[in-house]
Amino acid sequence: MSQCRKRCKRQLTKVARYFYRFVTGTLTQDSIEDDFELSTVCHRPEGLDKLQEQTKFTKKELQVLYRGFKNECPSGVVNEETFKHIYSQFFPQGDSSTYAHFLFEAFDTNKNGSVSFEDFVAGLSIILRGSINDRLNWAFNLYDLNKDGCITKEEMMDIMRSIYDMMGKYTYPCMQDDAPREHVENFFQKMDRNQDGVVTIEEFIESCQKDENIMQSMQLFDNVI
Amino acid sequence: MAAGVATWLPFARAAAVGWLPLAKKTMPKPPIDKKSRSDEILFVNVSGLRFQTWKNTLDRYPDTLLGSSEKEFFYNEDTQEYFFDRDPEMFRHVLNFYRTGKLHYPRHECIQAFDEELAFYGIVPEIIGDCCMEEYRDRKKENQERLAEDNEAGEGGDAPLPPNSTSRERLWRAFENPHTSTMALVFYYVTGFFIAVSVIANVVETVPCRPIKGTVKDLPCGEKYSLAFFCMDTACVLIFTFEYLMRLFAAPSRCKFMRSVMSVIDVVAIMPYYIGLIMPENEDVSGAFVTLRVFRVFRIFKFSRHSQGLRILGYTLKSCASELGFLLFSLTMAIIIFATVMFYAEKGTKGTNFTSIPAAFWYTIVTMTTLGYGDMVPNTIAGKIFGSICSLSGVLVIALPVPVIVSNFSRIYHQNQRADKMRAQQKVRMARIRLAKKGTTNAFLQYKDDGGLQDHDSDSTALCVKNRSAFEHQHHHLLHCLEKTTNHEFTDELTYSEVCMTESVGYRTSRSTSLSSHQGGSSSCCPRRAKRRAIRLANSTVSVSRGSMQELDTLQVHKTSVAPQSRSSLNARTEDLKLNCDDRDFTAAIISIPTPPANTPDESLPPSPAIPGILRNSRSGTFPHDAVKISSL
Repeated sequence: MSQCRKRCKRQLTKVARYFYRFVTGTLTQDSIEDDFELSTVCHRPEGLDKLQEQTKFTKKELQVLYRGFKNECPSGVVNEETFKHIYSQFFPQGDSSTYAHFLFEAFDTNKNGSVSFEDFVAGLSIILRGSINDRLNWAFNLYDLNKDGCITKEEMMDIMRSIYDMMGKYTYPCMQDDAPREHVENFFQKMDRNQDGVVTIEEFIESCQKDENIMQSMQLFDNVI
Repeated sequence: MAAGVATWLPFARAAAVGWLPLAKKTMPKPPIDKKSRSDEILFVNVSGLRFQTWKNTLDRYPDTLLGSSEKEFFYNEDTQEYFFDRDPEMFRHVLNFYRTGKLHYPRHECIQAFDEELAFYGIVPEIIGDCCMEEYRDRKKENQERLAEDNEAGEGGDAPLPPNSTSRERLWRAFENPHTSTMALVFYYVTGFFIAVSVIANVVETVPCRPIKGTVKDLPCGEKYSLAFFCMDTACVLIFTFEYLMRLFAAPSRCKFMRSVMSVIDVVAIMPYYIGLIMPENEDVSGAFVTLRVFRVFRIFKFSRHSQGLRILGYTLKSCASELGFLLFSLTMAIIIFATVMFYAEKGTKGTNFTSIPAAFWYTIVTMTTLGYGDMVPNTIAGKIFGSICSLSGVLVIALPVPVIVSNFSRIYHQNQRADKMRAQQKVRMARIRLAKKGTTNAFLQYKDDGGLQDHDSDSTALCVKNRSAFEHQHHHLLHCLEKTTNHEFTDELTYSEVCMTESVGYRTSRSTSLSSHQGGSSSCCPRRAKRRAIRLANSTVSVSRGSMQELDTLQVHKTSVAPQSRSSLNARTEDLKLNCDDRDFTAAIISIPTPPANTPDESLPPSPAIPGILRNSRSGTFPHDAVKISSL
């Protein structure tokens, strides 16, 4: 009963306040203060020299990268929405949001929900300037969604489906529903040495090193920047 | 794809490493990037203002001038920069577009200048950002309306008719633009007068006059003097019918004319009379006939042909159709709501006026428009409360669309006023252009006189010839080439008129083709030839009938009619040309011309080249043409 009365009182005060604001004409209050707070969030990367030490890019390359980055994200960090939006521009036919989400997770190494320039450059450094092993490591990290050191069939299935989603509906030959599943089976057959249903990092690297195709295609990325 | 995303492409390609271990087939080879990837700073010099930007910034939009290889055309090797001879203020906005990806429209700039700059740099105006798009669209629409009006005014009826227009075309023009001929003006005023007479007659015939002797009742004047009013009505209708039939005959497209608003008004204005004539004096039908007479009041709309203000009002209402529609709709909604409420509020009262909801409509309308006749008044308290809310909301609902309509009217009215001013200015502008054209020809003729056309060595060249600019030299050389091509010479109007004058006298024509019209190499600069006559350049209404003339023994002033092979001179238009050789006084000095005169302006001459810069002052007084060469064709 007292709860009822308390609630009633609260509602009454709300109505009274609303009526008062209606009469005095201050119904719509300025909400500048809220916006102001958000916009002051700004992130500055560490110094150029430090970044140069941490990554394998030259000074000029870092400068070019940062200028592009800052142009797109003046606040200095990329959040997942922007990330997804940017990535979707490259794949207009399909739905790249899931894969973009996985990528975001891979880049966001400190798990704070945003990718700063250091994360961005660190990731790129591994992919573009790292050794084959580093790259394979990075790929494994991408597939391992819960970062527990091994890839299960479900994780692989998610990854595969997200990749196939990027293709979209209009493909040749027509996309079968079980194409991802079939692909995952193939993958596991190739990678899973001890047939225990999961692929560990060692199995992964070992299998990849044995595969000529994969090793060759890893060289593709040397000249991207 | 947004060009700004191009900076993320390397990242997207790098992220493809995630697909590699899963790939079923081998990856294709990546494209080899031959050109150097290093980013460099470009210098762009726009009319002296130097801008610097990264090459990458400009490369973002490869389908524009700055982003494509087209800018290489503007590259200056000596200064190692791209030079554009354009407005530096505007370029700032263009460059900002490359930098931020958003194009902004500067509010203080002329919309056409902005459009031209965008067209030059190859940027489509559609990518103007949302912040400035509305402003841009409004200004563009305003500008287009203005231009459309100017075009209409320009090609409007003030231009003279082509000479061989049919009588039908002339009649139509007389109707549409009464100012062109006096007959049309007279007709215009006569019809206006009769419209007024007709309307006044319609009004007066209902006024009660003194009763006829013997009766008590007051009679409306229409019935007392029925014959007089009938005659007046007949006369007006005859005039209107005649006018309508004339318009129908003269209209270039009869179907279109019959569908136009004015034509419908005309028909509706005169139909009741004819129906009244045709219909028998039947009791039943005469009631309907009386109703038809109401349509006679539409004659007042015929005034819209005579009054521009009425036309503007009509046009405003048409252009505010959506606002009026909204007003009507919201009013209807409000009327229905309040009528229902009032009806149910007043239902209980005895002897109430609110007998039904439609009856309450009348009360609601009268209250909402704050008329308040007082014939229907609520009695209950609830009724009074709702009645007051009704009148308050009525004011609000009606006041809302009115400012929009008013601003529309103001805009259209001002545009119309501007159109009238433009027409007046157009005449002045045309006169100035004509003067400029004359100046150019005179320059060439003067050049010839000064010996510019002759091939002589540099020593004997007159100083004034040497002082002409390279442009003038080349231009005059061009005109000279044309003369040589056609074997005719340029001349001025006066000389030409002389020619035509002596033609009818029948002198032998001599064919002379030599062009030199004076002795070469005079000692003084710009030797003054004998003054021949006062020349009124600007208003010269010299005849340009062309004739052939030859060596003159004597020169007589004759007023001749235009010779059959008359041709027009360079600039004079056929309309201006009247034989007006009164003020010539030919001196005997003409006779002493050594070289045979031969100067005929050529028919195939294009109108004198529009060289805007060269405006010589009319060299009134000295037109050193002591030698006029004529050759007959």
